Amino acid sequence: MRRLGLIVALIVAATAAAPAQAEKLVVSLSNHRVAVTSNFVGTELVLFGTIEPDAPRAALRGSYDLVTTVTGPTVTLRTRRKERVLGIWVNVDSREFIRVPSYLSVLSNRPILQIVDPTAARRLQLGLNHIILTQRIGSDFADSVSDDPFRVNFIRLEKEAEQYREESNGVTFLTPTVFRVSIPLPANVPTGTYTVDVKLFAGGQMITRTNTALEVIKSGFEQYVFEASQHHGLIYGIVTAMMALMIGWFATVVFRRD
Amino acid sequence: MQIYLPIADMPVNIFLVLAMGLTIGFISGMFGIGGGFLMTPLLIFIGISPAVAVASVSSHIAASTFTGAISYWRKRAIDLSLALMLLAAGILGTAAGVWLFTVLRELDQLDLTIGLSYVTLLTTVGALMINESVQAELRARRGQPATLRRPGSHNWVHGLPLKMRFKRSKIYVSVIPVWGIGFLIGFIGAVLGIGGGFLLVPMLIYFLRVPTATVIGTSMVMTLITMTSATVMHAATNHLVDAVLALILMVGGVIGAQFGAHTGQRMRAERLRLLLGLLVFAVGLRFAYDLVVMPDDLYSVRIVRIE
Repeated sequence: MRRLGLIVALIVAATAAAPAQAEKLVVSLSNHRVAVTSNFVGTELVLFGTIEPDAPRAALRGSYDLVTTVTGPTVTLRTRRKERVLGIWVNVDSREFIRVPSYLSVLSNRPILQIVDPTAARRLQLGLNHIILTQRIGSDFADSVSDDPFRVNFIRLEKEAEQYREESNGVTFLTPTVFRVSIPLPANVPTGTYTVDVKLFAGGQMITRTNTALEVIKSGFEQYVFEASQHHGLIYGIVTAMMALMIGWFATVVFRRD
Repeated sequence: MQIYLPIADMPVNIFLVLAMGLTIGFISGMFGIGGGFLMTPLLIFIGISPAVAVASVSSHIAASTFTGAISYWRKRAIDLSLALMLLAAGILGTAAGVWLFTVLRELDQLDLTIGLSYVTLLTTVGALMINESVQAELRARRGQPATLRRPGSHNWVHGLPLKMRFKRSKIYVSVIPVWGIGFLIGFIGAVLGIGGGFLLVPMLIYFLRVPTATVIGTSMVMTLITMTSATVMHAATNHLVDAVLALILMVGGVIGAQFGAHTGQRMRAERLRLLLGLLVFAVGLRFAYDLVVMPDDLYSVRIVRIE
């Protein structure tokens, strides 16, 4: 739709510290503000970037890997598990996931574990299996092992709802140093500020990283209605009730037979 | 054409929702009920969360019962003093229902409670209605007159104190069962997102012996006011009323109700009650099936709070 429309040219550049062979990333997002309007059915943002030598005569390496992590506003979610009790299915157990991303996309040019080893993936929180998801178990706070059933099912449900994703073909290298990342935003994308974290790898090591941000906002009428319902609940309720009565009355006027 | 619902936080097809409003409106006009017990499950079925569905349907019922109430008012078929007595307790019931709704949601047992209550209520009421209308049908075949109201026959309800005379309905009953029924309907309505018309009408007929001339109109006034206040209370406490969703449903609903009422007037009362009974019973069975059969997914995720 508007994916390639106005390219807001805000360029964020970051430099790595290593002096001998150093690169920097220059990235630009197609749109920094996504407006959720009444006809919003999801969209796709595009991030373009190049790998530049840090110093004029510094050399570039032969091949690079890129991992982009897009993180939405944090929420606390509860995952519930059903079990059969007296013949019917009841929620018997639940875990709260504290301050986890409401939206999470991990996009790379090939599978994460082909880019780095598992230790580095955990340390850098690369990929859905390695990201820290804090759970509350009773009074304890912990990120449990990655094959914990609540964690596995939580990620699965979020993937099904299109809020979490891991795509090993989400990054395309157009030339060895120019890349494009497609960031899909589904129709039910949460509103708020998103961070886009871009990490560059070569030979299994992270060389440099940069980040940028985008904002998803409800706009126009949707924004107005949502704000009203959250902050002025009573007035909102009275207005809705009045609307119901108006429509009910209007119908009798339009369809009056006698 | 897709439209984004600001509170349900999802896009829906506007024509699908409009068609649902029309269909349920048709049924509600035909049988003189609000139709909430059909609308709420349908909304859940298209992916709207049970909490938002229950809260939003209340305003839809308010609209459709207001239409009905106006036309019954013109026919002078409303017992206002009876409606007011029912309401006095009904508002309390609604407030208690909204409170319980909030608590159950917090305990993750809202969906189960809604499911179980639907099964119990709908299968029981459906079976009773089917039984009653089949009996009436059989009596009619044998050429016996219908004996819906037996003058002089009193049940235990008529032995209670605090009696009051309701002129329009020509009944003289204690206010205790009136308050009891009012509270119960208000309570059930707020928790389950149903107007309760399909419960209230039989209760008024069988317990209070309200004549058929005033029963539907009075029930509509009661439903109208409990659902209007449920809308306001749900909006003020749970912030879950989706006005955009409600608006589409209402527009479809009030139009459908006009055609439904027209069709309903041409059918025999027993036949109409049998159809409604079958419909109520079938919806009840559908809910029972969902509770007993192993769900596709044992896990579910709910937002606790946005940080």
